[in-house]
Amino acid sequence: MASELNKLTIADASSKLRGREITATQLTRDCLDRIAAAEPRLHAFITVCEREALEQARAADARLAAGNAPALCGIPLGIKDIYATRGIRTTCGSRILETFVPPFDATVIERLRADGAIFVGKTNMDEFAMGSSTENSAFGPTMNPHDIGRVAGGSSGGSAAAVAAYECLGALGTDTGGSIREPASFCGVVGIKPTYSRVSRYGVVAYASSLDQVGPFARSVRDAAIIIRTLAGKDARDSTCSARPVPDYERALTGDVKGLRIGVPREFFVEGMQPEVEKSVRSALKNYESLGASTVEISLPHTGYAIAAYYLVATAEASANLARYDGIRFGLRVNAEDNIALYETTRAHGFGAEVKRRIMLGTFALSAGYYDAYYLKAQKVRTLIRNDFERAFEKCDLIVTPVAPTTAFKIGEKMNEPLTMYLSDIFTISLNLAGLPGMSIPCGHDSNNLPIGMQLIAPPFAEETILRAGDAFERTGAFKPRTPAV
Amino acid sequence: MNREAYEAVIGLEVHTHLLTRSKLFCGCSTTFGAGPNENVCPVCMGMPGVLPVLNRRAVELAIRTGLAAHCAIAPYSIFDRKSYFYPDLPKGYQISQYETPICKGGYIDLPATENGEPRRIRLTRIHIEEDAGKNIHGENASLVDFNRSGVPLIEIVSEPDLRSAEDAGAYLRQLRAILRYVDASDGKMEEGSFRCDCNVSIRKRGAKEYGVRSEIKNLNSFRFVEDAIDYEVGRQIEIVEGGGKVAQETLLWDPARKETRPMRSKEYANDYRYFPEPDLPPLIVPAEMEEKVRASMPELPADRKTRYVRELGLTEYEADVLIADRDVADYFEATLPALKNRKSAANWVMTEVLRVARDSGESFVEAVPPAAEVGALLRMVEGQKISLNAAKTAFAAMVKSGKGAEATIAALGLAQVSDESAIAAACDKVLAAEPEKVAEYRAGRDKLFGFFVGAVMKAMGGKANPKVINDILRAKLTG
Amino acid sequence: MAGTKITLEQVRHVARLARLEWSPEQEERLRADMDEMLAYVDKLNELDTKEVAPTTQVGEAGMPMRDDEVTNRPAAEAMLANAPSSERGYFKVPKIIE
Ligand SMILES: [Mg+2]
Ligand SMILES: [Zn+2]
Repeated sequence: MASELNKLTIADASSKLRGREITATQLTRDCLDRIAAAEPRLHAFITVCEREALEQARAADARLAAGNAPALCGIPLGIKDIYATRGIRTTCGSRILETFVPPFDATVIERLRADGAIFVGKTNMDEFAMGSSTENSAFGPTMNPHDIGRVAGGSSGGSAAAVAAYECLGALGTDTGGSIREPASFCGVVGIKPTYSRVSRYGVVAYASSLDQVGPFARSVRDAAIIIRTLAGKDARDSTCSARPVPDYERALTGDVKGLRIGVPREFFVEGMQPEVEKSVRSALKNYESLGASTVEISLPHTGYAIAAYYLVATAEASANLARYDGIRFGLRVNAEDNIALYETTRAHGFGAEVKRRIMLGTFALSAGYYDAYYLKAQKVRTLIRNDFERAFEKCDLIVTPVAPTTAFKIGEKMNEPLTMYLSDIFTISLNLAGLPGMSIPCGHDSNNLPIGMQLIAPPFAEETILRAGDAFERTGAFKPRTPAV
Repeated sequence: MNREAYEAVIGLEVHTHLLTRSKLFCGCSTTFGAGPNENVCPVCMGMPGVLPVLNRRAVELAIRTGLAAHCAIAPYSIFDRKSYFYPDLPKGYQISQYETPICKGGYIDLPATENGEPRRIRLTRIHIEEDAGKNIHGENASLVDFNRSGVPLIEIVSEPDLRSAEDAGAYLRQLRAILRYVDASDGKMEEGSFRCDCNVSIRKRGAKEYGVRSEIKNLNSFRFVEDAIDYEVGRQIEIVEGGGKVAQETLLWDPARKETRPMRSKEYANDYRYFPEPDLPPLIVPAEMEEKVRASMPELPADRKTRYVRELGLTEYEADVLIADRDVADYFEATLPALKNRKSAANWVMTEVLRVARDSGESFVEAVPPAAEVGALLRMVEGQKISLNAAKTAFAAMVKSGKGAEATIAALGLAQVSDESAIAAACDKVLAAEPEKVAEYRAGRDKLFGFFVGAVMKAMGGKANPKVINDILRAKLTG
Repeated sequence: MAGTKITLEQVRHVARLARLEWSPEQEERLRADMDEMLAYVDKLNELDTKEVAPTTQVGEAGMPMRDDEVTNRPAAEAMLANAPSSERGYFKVPKIIE
């Protein structure tokens, strides 16, 4: 490789672009070259947008030449294939949308375009974001760049792998139960799920509307901060999007965590957890103490109920969100004699097994006679989980936990056991139920050289606390992520 | 069949489009009559990833309707998803309101009729929801147009307080009047903007409990509602009289065969799986907002009727005719400035103006001359500038030509001559030409007075003010 | 207990509501999967929630509303571009029976 500009961080690339040391076209070409080389082994992308990316790069170069370009101008990004991209097919990892080309952009895509960001491609994902390994993609799984026999995590596995493997400088994912944080942890990159409502969901194919949230992957906390600043903020097209002003997140990166009270929930260090995971997180906590932060044991007593509540709420919402895939207006149609048969066969062929399983569970949870016992019960337990966090944050400013009980598991290992797969989200899922922001940052690796992620959790809209603490940990140099094998 | 032994128990669910420019959750036009799928966007097509954003005007119109129907306005209400599959329903669910409608309770008063006392029909609720698209059925396939998808509706649900097809008709007319008064709806049934589902059951007169009800779906004219209820009540009585049991079912009205038939599609037998719409936060209507809407409310039909009777001296009947349609009542009031005789204006609107509107087939506003011009015409009658007959002639001409009252009177030469010297000169001429008759009159043949008036009027070309002729003639003959 | 939470009959009813077609072999497997999940979520019943209000949303309070303005232009062609079947500007479907 001649230049390998694709290995730069966003912060470095941005300053070189603006200093005219490099061009967006060179940077984009390096990413596309890397994609061409790595994709056969990784399969991080469903669609690579070479022509569009080079066009965007030319436009970015013109803008950079004119001066005063935004931070993301000329930065190549991967976009999870869940975002509506005008003129570029958006499959959501599903056969049912295999040929769907949206006539509109998601709000965050529009914002990134406006800043001059470059989209190198649409990344692989579990179908409709339902999964924790990206094995549920209708187009085949994404491999972990640190070990291609293992999963990249999911559902945003393609985005995490692409960033880890230097196919792009950053990427967008979505997180409904851990779909940014778990793959970030498995692939050894930074991933943030902001507070629910912090970022617009318009144009993000809905899985579970009250849980879904948009967020970035990057190779540093600073890079993630740069991306979410562009993503966040009020959107007139999303009624649930917060109107709060968006802070300059980079300014929060002071390196100073003195006096920060870190809560360590006892329910998150459980039996059955991979010992190396606990060890790495505990050692990171020591680092924080040496920086002047304090740690305090806290309790989140309803943690053990989060997965059960999640799978009722998420599937109930999904059962309605996925009703629009009926073969009438867009997407796959399997012809049949009457409309009912058309729906049933189209949906049977268009959706994969996991999606259908979740639609079934959600439909059941809402059906006459079962609503109170399942859907409503779960939403009540959600209140208890939310209250747990509220109480915990009276004692601390930040909560630190592992992201997942284990490092990346083997491809195929959990495919036939849905419940076991669901349990890999045990540490991430309660944040979605409570609407809290969380970040996964690399904090170690296991004996197989697989990355371990640490999760930082803050109260609603306290993304700055998370970013400051994450950045401070990075600065200690206590842990340097390894270059992936691929 | 002993129909008299039974009474019908009827509740209506009326769906009406709200008069907004744009749809309930997106910025597409609500204009009727666009080309297929022209007024659609990713939101009202239910494309992946889209989200709803509520139209404020739709909420205000729902509140206005609720206030007009004496409902309680909910300070907190939520939207729900109602799930079912149908080709014209893009998202596979309709955004509606289920447990917490925006308006609760309320009532609509029906005026007295020759058959009965005034009645109060209670409302259960009024809620906001979005409309679906429209299907056009062909030989082998159906075609779907989503222009109507997402157009705002309110659903007005009555208690089962109606007892006959006639009641239902009166209720619908009253409801439509209210909707038009508050600018919520144009009530145009022919454009599908006013549709009605009827829940019908029967019971022995005097019985307290309800019978098994059937639901007749999607009736889109008052006539169909009345016919369908009449038919359905008869059908149910026949079943019960024959010893059978009425089945709880969903029916369609076939206007050609004039009968109800069970709906074949299974869609409506669905379990709708309502749950709170996660894409929309709860709708909060603070007291200030309710007050603001209340302050902007127009005078309602009942209040207007009272005012017409008390302040304008109209009869109850006259007031009822005029207020039935807000356009007519507004028109009547626009003729009033500078008129002394309100009653004659009322009569004029009820007879001449309404006849023109009825005969034209156009909407009232399009069919009739401007109210101000009719006012001007009536002012001329009051000021004795024209005769009542001349006014009628002029009005007919105005309807045709679209010209104003003054111009029409001038063009047709209908103005009355009140100039005393001209009339006196004509009188002198007539009296001079008929010396024998003058002598006879003076000898006591009073009846001849009419002859003289007629002769003077003839001499004046029919345009002289008859009162002036009378006065002058009488003076000259007795003088 | 697994094996008792949902019957095959119920699975078929739910499949009809969800408009999903399953083969007989799939149905049995699905029943078992759903059964396991329902048995798992039963743990929620360990919690007394009589006095607990449900949380259906975690965003901020208040409904933002739009002004009643037409902001979209006719774009029938773009809206029909993804249609599996269309005719004269309409989406075409098998004959609907009411
Ligand atoms: Mg309705
Ligand atoms: Zn629209």
